[in-house]
Amino acid sequence: MVTREDRVRQILLRVMDPEIPVISVVDLGIIHKIKSVDGAIEVQVMPTYSGCPATDYIPQLIAKALRKEGYVEVKVINVNFPVWGTDRITSEGRRLLKEYGIAPPKVGGTPDCPQCGANDVEQISQFGSTPCKSLFRCRECLEPFEYFKCH
Amino acid sequence: MIANQQVFQFVLHLADDSLILGHRLSEWCGHGPTIEQDIALTNLALDLVGQSRLYYQYAAEIEGKGRTEDDLAYLRDVIEFRNHLITELPRGDFAFTVLRQYLWCSFRTEFYQHLLTSSEIKLGELAAKCLKELQYHQRFSITWINRLGLGTKVSHEKMQTALDELWPYTFEFFQPTAAEEKLINASLIPDCRDIRKTWDQSCQSVLREASLVVPQEHWDFQGGKEGMHTEHLGYILAEMQFLQRTYPGLVW
Repeated sequence: MVTREDRVRQILLRVMDPEIPVISVVDLGIIHKIKSVDGAIEVQVMPTYSGCPATDYIPQLIAKALRKEGYVEVKVINVNFPVWGTDRITSEGRRLLKEYGIAPPKVGGTPDCPQCGANDVEQISQFGSTPCKSLFRCRECLEPFEYFKCH
Repeated sequence: MIANQQVFQFVLHLADDSLILGHRLSEWCGHGPTIEQDIALTNLALDLVGQSRLYYQYAAEIEGKGRTEDDLAYLRDVIEFRNHLITELPRGDFAFTVLRQYLWCSFRTEFYQHLLTSSEIKLGELAAKCLKELQYHQRFSITWINRLGLGTKVSHEKMQTALDELWPYTFEFFQPTAAEEKLINASLIPDCRDIRKTWDQSCQSVLREASLVVPQEHWDFQGGKEGMHTEHLGYILAEMQFLQRTYPGLVW
């Protein structure tokens, strides 16, 4: 049986991260809970980094998407606990990141180049265009690439 | 019985520390020595300002008088701020900036580690969130301490000068206020005196590694946590609070 929560989750699969528009909020692993209470929908979001400017924007995107699908009473809140971590990114999310040219987070060791797959890489900068990324360069194919930091 | 007022003041202290240091770091925006370091420092600033928001929101909730996070950040004056003095010192040069970051961050991460088990659940939850970010900041600053400390004669001198200037301000990390003493006795917050030894050891080892020498004779500065600040804080607030003071209640 498809529950109301499942249907909401399906909609959220189409709400993309504003900074990395190929990965949905579901695959990014930031949806903590979806609750259906007395006809109203409550979505709990775990923000990524405290300094991420999208922290206030993502709940707005989610609410907008749900209202568009006919949900009238929608409440989207940020919860700071549990703490989001990159281990919450789904395997589909990791695949999408790589396809987009961003090396997915890797526990231990250096990331693999998302272009050619080599592991002979060097870090150019510990920080990148968004709080969640750092910059690398592949010594094999010489392409620079972004790496989604382990967090 | 712990009065809400004491918890409120303590949460404000955490918020003010992050906001003021975050603001100092943000002054580097567009002035970093290289584009990568410019981005790095502003990323740290973003994290810290973001963390201060979490604490201001929590403080507003504890106080329960209808003040918001913005009221707490923009409408309090110097004497009501509770940040450590080290966070308000002018940004200085790059050596000063990364060294201050390290000294503050290594203290803060150690403190948050102990705050995780606070009987005030929310304090532990927020500490867990901030800790993840601060550990990364700490790695960043250690890289630079080594690089500059062991770099050229000039870079080494700049690091040593920064250390001589900053070290006296670390004393304050380990001096609880009377209000904090009450929270310590109630096991709500860790005793900062207890973490001094661990902090000192790890700190000394990082500095030694970078061939930097901790000054032996120096003054000890304190007072920030009780609202007694250096002249520098007023200037930050003047800049930061200008809009809300001039156009009260203005929103985006």
